[in-house]
Amino acid sequence: MQLEIVTPDEKVFEGEVKLVQLPGTTGSFEILNNHAPIISTLKNGKIKITDSANATQYFEIKSGVVELQNNKIIILAETK
Amino acid sequence: MANLKEVRNRITSVSSTQQITSAMKMVSASKLRRAQDAIQRMRPYASKLKEILQNLSASLDSSSGGGFSKEREVKNVLFVVINSNRGLCGAFNSNAIKLTNNLINEKYPSQKATGGIHILTIGKKATDYFKKTYTLASSHNEVYDNLKFDTVAPIAVQIMADFAAGKYDRVELVYSQFKNAAVQTVTSEQFLPVKSETVAGNLKAKSVDYIFEPNKEDIVKDLIPKSLKIQLYKAVLDSNASEHGARMTSMHKATDNAKELLKALKLSYNKARQAAITNEILEIGGGAAALEG
Repeated sequence: MQLEIVTPDEKVFEGEVKLVQLPGTTGSFEILNNHAPIISTLKNGKIKITDSANATQYFEIKSGVVELQNNKIIILAETK
Repeated sequence: MANLKEVRNRITSVSSTQQITSAMKMVSASKLRRAQDAIQRMRPYASKLKEILQNLSASLDSSSGGGFSKEREVKNVLFVVINSNRGLCGAFNSNAIKLTNNLINEKYPSQKATGGIHILTIGKKATDYFKKTYTLASSHNEVYDNLKFDTVAPIAVQIMADFAAGKYDRVELVYSQFKNAAVQTVTSEQFLPVKSETVAGNLKAKSVDYIFEPNKEDIVKDLIPKSLKIQLYKAVLDSNASEHGARMTSMHKATDNAKELLKALKLSYNKARQAAITNEILEIGGGAAALEG
C-alpha cells in the first residue's frame, strides 16, 4: 500500500509499505494491507513503518491525523 | 553651465546606486523563488486537511466546531497585521496598514470608540506604525528569521487561547496575497470565529464509509485548530512571497530610473565638456589673432 507523510513544511516520506504502526489518540494501532477506510487523529509519539524490503523506519510526531482509503494512506503530521 | 566636476560626481553616485538596486533586485528574485517553493510545499498538507474536514463536516452541523465557530457579540476585535521587517519594497507595507485602518474605521467604529481594537503585528514595519496609535497585543518580528511552520504555529495557538478565554470576540487577518511576482493584493479575512462555510463544507464531498477514531466530533475538534494554524502559516508565507515580489518590482523600477538619470547626466556632462573645449579654442584663436594684429 501507498504511504505519504506530509508536514506543513515538506513531504517527509512517500513510498510503498507493508505495515504502519500509529500512535492513535485512543491507543496505538497498526495498519496492514487492505485495511478498511479510516480517519483517525494521532497523538505525540512514533510512527513505525515497515517497507516492502522489511526495513523499518521511525518518524517522531507531535500530533497529526491519518486518512486511509483504497490502500492509500496519508498522514498529516506536525513534527517536533 | 553645469560644472564638469559636479556632474562627474553625480554620475559616480548614481551609478553606484544603480549597482545596489540591481543587486537587491537579484537577491529578491532568488528569495522570491524560495518563498514560492515554501508555499508549494505547504499546499499538499493544506488541501488534504481541508478535504478531510469537508468530508467530516458534510454530515455534521456547524455547531460542532467547539468554541471556535460560535459568533459572539463583537466587543473586542483583534487585528493580525502581517508586514515585512524591511522596507524598500514600494507600497507593500503601507497598503496593508491602510487596509487595516480602513477596516477599523468602517467596520468597527464603535469598538474603536470604546477601545475594543487590539492589534497583533507580524513584521517590524507594522509594529513601528501601530505602536504609536494602539497598544499592541503582541508583536512577532522574529518569525522571518526562521520562517517555518513551527515558528508561526505558536502565534496561532496563542490567538486561539485568547479567543477561547473571551479576550477577543473576533479576529481579523490582514495580509498581502501573492498572485505573481508583479501582483500582490492586500486582503483581509476572518480568522475567528471560524466561518460556517469552511466548517460546513460542500455537499460534493465523497461519501466514503470511514471508520472514525475516536469519533467525528472529536476529530473535527482536533482538526479545526490545525486548519487555523495552517491558515495563519499560509498568510505569513503569502505575505513573505509578496514582500519579495514587491521589492523585486520596485528595485527593477529604481534601476530603470537610475539608467534614465545616467543618460541625462552623461548628455549634460558631454555638453559641458564640449562647451569647455570650444571655449578654449576660441581663447587660443583670439590670442593668436591679437598677436598677429
